[in-house]
Amino acid sequence: MAAENASTTEIVQGGSFLLTPIGQLPQFTPEDLSDDSKEFGRAARDFIEGEVLPRDEAIDKLDLPLTIELLRKAGEIGLLSIEIPEAYEGLELDKKSSLLVLEEMSKQGSFSVSYGACTGIGTLPIVYFGTEAQKKNYLPKLAAGELLAAYALTEAGSGSDAMGAKTTAVLDGDSWVLNGTKMWITNAGFADIFCTFAKVDGQHFSCFIIEKDDPGLSTGSEEHKLGIKGSSTRTLILENCRIPKDRLLGEIGKGHKIAFGILNIGRFKLGAGCIGGAKRVIEYTLKYTSERHQFNKPLNSFGLIQQKLADMATKIFVGEAINWRTIGYIDDALSQSSWSDPDAGAKKMQAIDEFSIEASIVKVWGSEALSWIADESVQCFGGYGFSAEYPPEKVYRDCRINRIFEGTNEINRLLIAGTLLKRAMKGELPMMQFGQQVAKEISNPPKAAAFTGPVARLKHGVELSKRQCMLASGLAVQVLGQKLVDNQEVMARMSNMMMEIYAMESAVVRAERMLESGHRWAEIARDFTELYVNEAWHRVHGDARMLCADVTDGEGLRHALAGIKAFAEFHPTSCARLRGRIASQLIQKGGYPVEII
Amino acid sequence: MKILVALKQVPDTETRIKVAADGKSIDPADVKWITSPYDEYALEEAIRLKESKAAEVTVVSLGSDSAKDVLRNALALGADNAVLLKSEASDPLAIASALAAWAKGKGFDLILAGNKGIGGDNASVGPMIAELLDIAQANVVVKLEIGDGTFRAEREIEGGTEVIEGKLPAVITAQKGLNEPRYASLKGIMGAKKKTIEEVDGAAPSGSTSVVGMVMPPARPEGRKLDGEPAQQAAALLSALKDEAKIF
Repeated sequence: MAAENASTTEIVQGGSFLLTPIGQLPQFTPEDLSDDSKEFGRAARDFIEGEVLPRDEAIDKLDLPLTIELLRKAGEIGLLSIEIPEAYEGLELDKKSSLLVLEEMSKQGSFSVSYGACTGIGTLPIVYFGTEAQKKNYLPKLAAGELLAAYALTEAGSGSDAMGAKTTAVLDGDSWVLNGTKMWITNAGFADIFCTFAKVDGQHFSCFIIEKDDPGLSTGSEEHKLGIKGSSTRTLILENCRIPKDRLLGEIGKGHKIAFGILNIGRFKLGAGCIGGAKRVIEYTLKYTSERHQFNKPLNSFGLIQQKLADMATKIFVGEAINWRTIGYIDDALSQSSWSDPDAGAKKMQAIDEFSIEASIVKVWGSEALSWIADESVQCFGGYGFSAEYPPEKVYRDCRINRIFEGTNEINRLLIAGTLLKRAMKGELPMMQFGQQVAKEISNPPKAAAFTGPVARLKHGVELSKRQCMLASGLAVQVLGQKLVDNQEVMARMSNMMMEIYAMESAVVRAERMLESGHRWAEIARDFTELYVNEAWHRVHGDARMLCADVTDGEGLRHALAGIKAFAEFHPTSCARLRGRIASQLIQKGGYPVEII
Repeated sequence: MKILVALKQVPDTETRIKVAADGKSIDPADVKWITSPYDEYALEEAIRLKESKAAEVTVVSLGSDSAKDVLRNALALGADNAVLLKSEASDPLAIASALAAWAKGKGFDLILAGNKGIGGDNASVGPMIAELLDIAQANVVVKLEIGDGTFRAEREIEGGTEVIEGKLPAVITAQKGLNEPRYASLKGIMGAKKKTIEEVDGAAPSGSTSVVGMVMPPARPEGRKLDGEPAQQAAALLSALKDEAKIF
């Protein structure tokens, strides 16, 4: 077990970042990783660079035997067994090691989706919810890559509304008989087992393990997709599909716990993987813009290209800070229970569930960062970026799915603000108290001088943002009451502010640590963070003001905006200067410099 | 059978090399270090022999503490023991002397190494170890068979293959094509953490040569585009080759 990276034993409450002064919560950063964990990342990098990337083109021609071969090879070196407990022949590494591996695996879009569906949503339901017999039967083979897995939740009529599934399961003697069609099933073309959701007697949402050779199971033809063309996506058709009674996973009627619990992990992984993908994009974009000349100068000497390069690297730095902070919380919470506990699966699921707000933030922020980076990479390549001969075109298409699956970014935005409000109502998070504190502070807002350290100004900015977010959100609660959750635009604005605050705070704390410890890349870390906070602060400011305008007007709005203005004593620095400095470092280094492994 | 594999830590081939302030060494800042690829073939061959003939594989590297990464990686791949000879030596004869002195009398039947360490490209250490130990050698080998106290090695020569047979102990240096090195498994990495790396003082007698300078190749001058119709371009090219490059 690689639990040596545990950053703290203090257990943090999910969502509490918004209500806690910057620097008071523990935070794991990639600079805290031990050499031991990094070796797992290097092993994954060797595999992906040696085996997967050289076959990029063949994979994307939907060469399924090749994908199967690569997954089995990944299994041979242990890449499929990272999160499987030792008792079932897994490696039982912590989630930090898993994230290091995931970042590498994400460098080929299609393969990363096949890998993620197999080891994540396909395997983890059995890890967390399986009976002893089910775990013994499936997990060792899944760990070795002898069995490959898939997850079947969505149907033609139920996507975001997953509980609206029409597939049924009826008990007939010693067997379940399932009927229905599952849609967009990743790995359907070759998976050996499917964690499949169906309603028992058409009512009770439940999960079942279905094997590929079970009678009555078939798959449709391959979908023609916009991107990730090398991943298998088919319908899973169940026509009087008969399976033994003991293939029920978890309890009857408790399928939602599996579906949503596993999605929390899936969301985290997806968003975190996006940053891995982004690292490959910046690599070839830096290379191309250094080689391509126009007006007798390399592209990377032009200000507007430097702007893009600097913003790409900044998003990667901030994304890493968000991902590692979140995985630190999850690992700490998971380490509170051991797999030898009789109800370990449930406890661990609960531990992950605690950070559902953060997991959704990782998903939305990461997928949107990669979309932006992929898009600007096309732009940097100009006409060549539009040609399938060059790498940006494919990534541009491949990354599009990330904003759709594992819960659309819209659903996740509703969850971010919705979960915070729910926890505040239950009294689990002291949002009301923070609201009262902020109201009192309007006449005496936090001053810049109250903050210390090398990034004091940025810390002040983050604290001001929290107060603006709190004032605007508090007003929304006050005006709309229970109806707030139905006002999706207002909810999304709240979520956007929360995401930016989490992102800014994570980056600021990471940069501060690097500066204080004299890290080799501390200076560029400060520049990344300053650039990000300069811009994100104004986004939060704008969202706070406009949220107020969405819920009130006239005198009420004037009053609310005056309150927000009390927390607006934050002056930006020159983004152009910061970008110029960042870009020159990137060009000199020829890559994103803050290497983790 | 006891096999020794000598491993060298070298800068990653993709690292942008800078010359250090002393003008005769590489600036180590931001350099990523790897196992020299030819040594990887040597190590893989040893592990395959271990699997087929129950050999014991010891890996040795001469260098500073950072070379432990190379040794740990070798342990993860399947080596049984690892030894770091702590030394600053950089001259091939000094390195070979230190390695030979350490290996002498330890009963190794086979000493494997890459045919050269990339970057330095001296291709000297392996043959020198054989000479210093006064044992057989075969270099730049693409195929190796080990018999009962004997070896049979194939090396590619101009237009054909040379086959060398000899008695063990021997030094064999590996060439690309000898095998396809495996990936470290995560289990192997975990297992390697439990093994210790033995550290030995590898101080060597001063070598016979020393590096006195290191310079980057001059930047390539920019190309020139010749204007005009093909006939004019050809004429311009001809005069440039004749009058400027003076190649005829």
